[in-house]
Amino acid sequence: MRSYLALFQMRFIRGLQYRTAALAGIFTQFFWGFMHIMIFEAFYTSSSATQPINFHQLVNMLWLQQAFLAFIMLWFRDNEIINQIIKGDIAIELLRPIKLYEFWYSRLLAQRSSSAMLRFLPILIVAFLLPYPYNFVLPQDIISFLLFIVTLCLGVLIVVALSMLIYISMFYTLSGTGSILIFGVIGEFLAGLIIPIPLMPEALQRIVYLLPFRYTTDLPFRIYVGSIPRREALISICIQVIWLIILYIIGKLWMSKALKRLVIQGG
Amino acid sequence: MIQVQGISKTFYIAKRDKCVIEALKHLVKREYAAVKALDNVSFNIKQGEIVGYIGPNGAGKSTTIKIISGILVPDQGTCNILGYTPWKDRKEYVKHIGVVFGQRTQLWWDVPVIDSYELLKDIYKIPTNTYQNNLELLTNTLELKELLYKPVRQLSLGERMRCEIGASLLHDPKILFLDEPTIGLDAVSKKAVRNFIKTINQEKQVTVILTTHDMRDIEELVNRIILIGKGKILLDGSLNEVKLKFGGEKTILITYSNQHKPFDFPVERINGNQLRLLIDTNKQSLPQIIDMVSEYVQIEDIDINHLPIEDIIVKLYKEYQL
Repeated sequence: MRSYLALFQMRFIRGLQYRTAALAGIFTQFFWGFMHIMIFEAFYTSSSATQPINFHQLVNMLWLQQAFLAFIMLWFRDNEIINQIIKGDIAIELLRPIKLYEFWYSRLLAQRSSSAMLRFLPILIVAFLLPYPYNFVLPQDIISFLLFIVTLCLGVLIVVALSMLIYISMFYTLSGTGSILIFGVIGEFLAGLIIPIPLMPEALQRIVYLLPFRYTTDLPFRIYVGSIPRREALISICIQVIWLIILYIIGKLWMSKALKRLVIQGG
Repeated sequence: MIQVQGISKTFYIAKRDKCVIEALKHLVKREYAAVKALDNVSFNIKQGEIVGYIGPNGAGKSTTIKIISGILVPDQGTCNILGYTPWKDRKEYVKHIGVVFGQRTQLWWDVPVIDSYELLKDIYKIPTNTYQNNLELLTNTLELKELLYKPVRQLSLGERMRCEIGASLLHDPKILFLDEPTIGLDAVSKKAVRNFIKTINQEKQVTVILTTHDMRDIEELVNRIILIGKGKILLDGSLNEVKLKFGGEKTILITYSNQHKPFDFPVERINGNQLRLLIDTNKQSLPQIIDMVSEYVQIEDIDINHLPIEDIIVKLYKEYQL
């Protein structure tokens, strides 16, 4: 356990050094945030029907998405892991007395958390100062806030478990781009990042609720804005835990299978 | 200590297409060519030995190293190293070995060397005492002091290699695998690396298995060589045996004055008053030759040279048609 923590710590500290990248990222995320808000504003003003989620709640979800982008996106790529697989430097990792799955997992987790750590506060603070209805607001009560924190943490654990599957698939495809692209596009749609899940047609919603992707970020964000009742939130936490265990087991089994037929690339 | 018995490994490589039609056909059905990388390889190595594992490119050296270090699973065969089967007990087993791949880095690319070392300390659960002692020893013998606080990406190849070797020895391994450790290094660094390998072998009784194309490595370090070619072990013996068997030829350079009669034996070259002979000591002994030559000339000086080890190895490869 200690070695995984040490790796986490090293990568986390290293991640915090990329301040310029974070600053650039913050600007990009504001741009995207405003763009999404404008698109949905056009949608809300042109439709007279009442939507299942109100515009101000949606705006808050969009800001959270931008602030915690590093917790969300499946296309976040760790080139070092990709190179290890494709060029065969994985040989070195396997020569260490560690479990590879857990080792990579802590590494990816460190990367995402350090990246989010640098970005989320500035974005939320500026968004907080915007005029209504574009502003970010505090949650209704302390319990929603706590539920939000718990589900967000479980959510990022699920995202990393999902992205582990992407990296394991690279043992077979030997291409970083392909695996990430397919997983990224499908996964993000199913997580409600392109169309928010409350606005999806009912049939599609039913499918989405059966899959793990929405438990990454749709759930915590909607708990924050109050679009999910408390009882449902508690049940969802259990489902998150179950998904996490399932994804972990799949990842472990798949990885041990992949390592058995592993070919170390390049001499 | 190391027992390897009948290891075989075959790789399947998708066939490349020569024309478009074949390429289209292979879209539907792929064809694979089997490449036998290792074929029934067996050897035993005792504690404290330094073994040179040599062979031409593509002979199966690296594949062997990968299998006995636990990262590749062979198709057949058994292996017992320190009581472990490397590929089955990988996690336990690798605690006791150190590996350096000359062409890969085990240090984290973007952090100072010392940070990598600290992380390795945690990964291998090295007790603080042992770690401090080893670090001090390695810093002194490999001259790492100024390198430790530089990020790996700023190091030159020779500097990096010294740090790599240091990293592979922090946890007191009993066996050290070195896959081309001197590749691309300058003469000074090569010498430093060789001296260091000798030192840890003698002082800590570390067993060393070394693959290399640099015959000076072999000559200066190794007491036993294993020759592999086309996936099979062709020769396993001491360097001296090999030298005797394949290195019987010597060149003799004789400086002379007062030639009594013209030479009527095969001479390789005459240059002024220097005579160069190439002889096979398995057929004629040296004193015989010198006696014979002294009948023709008055000998002033004699220089006798072995066949360089490179030439011996070339002969060896030729002998086995590699």
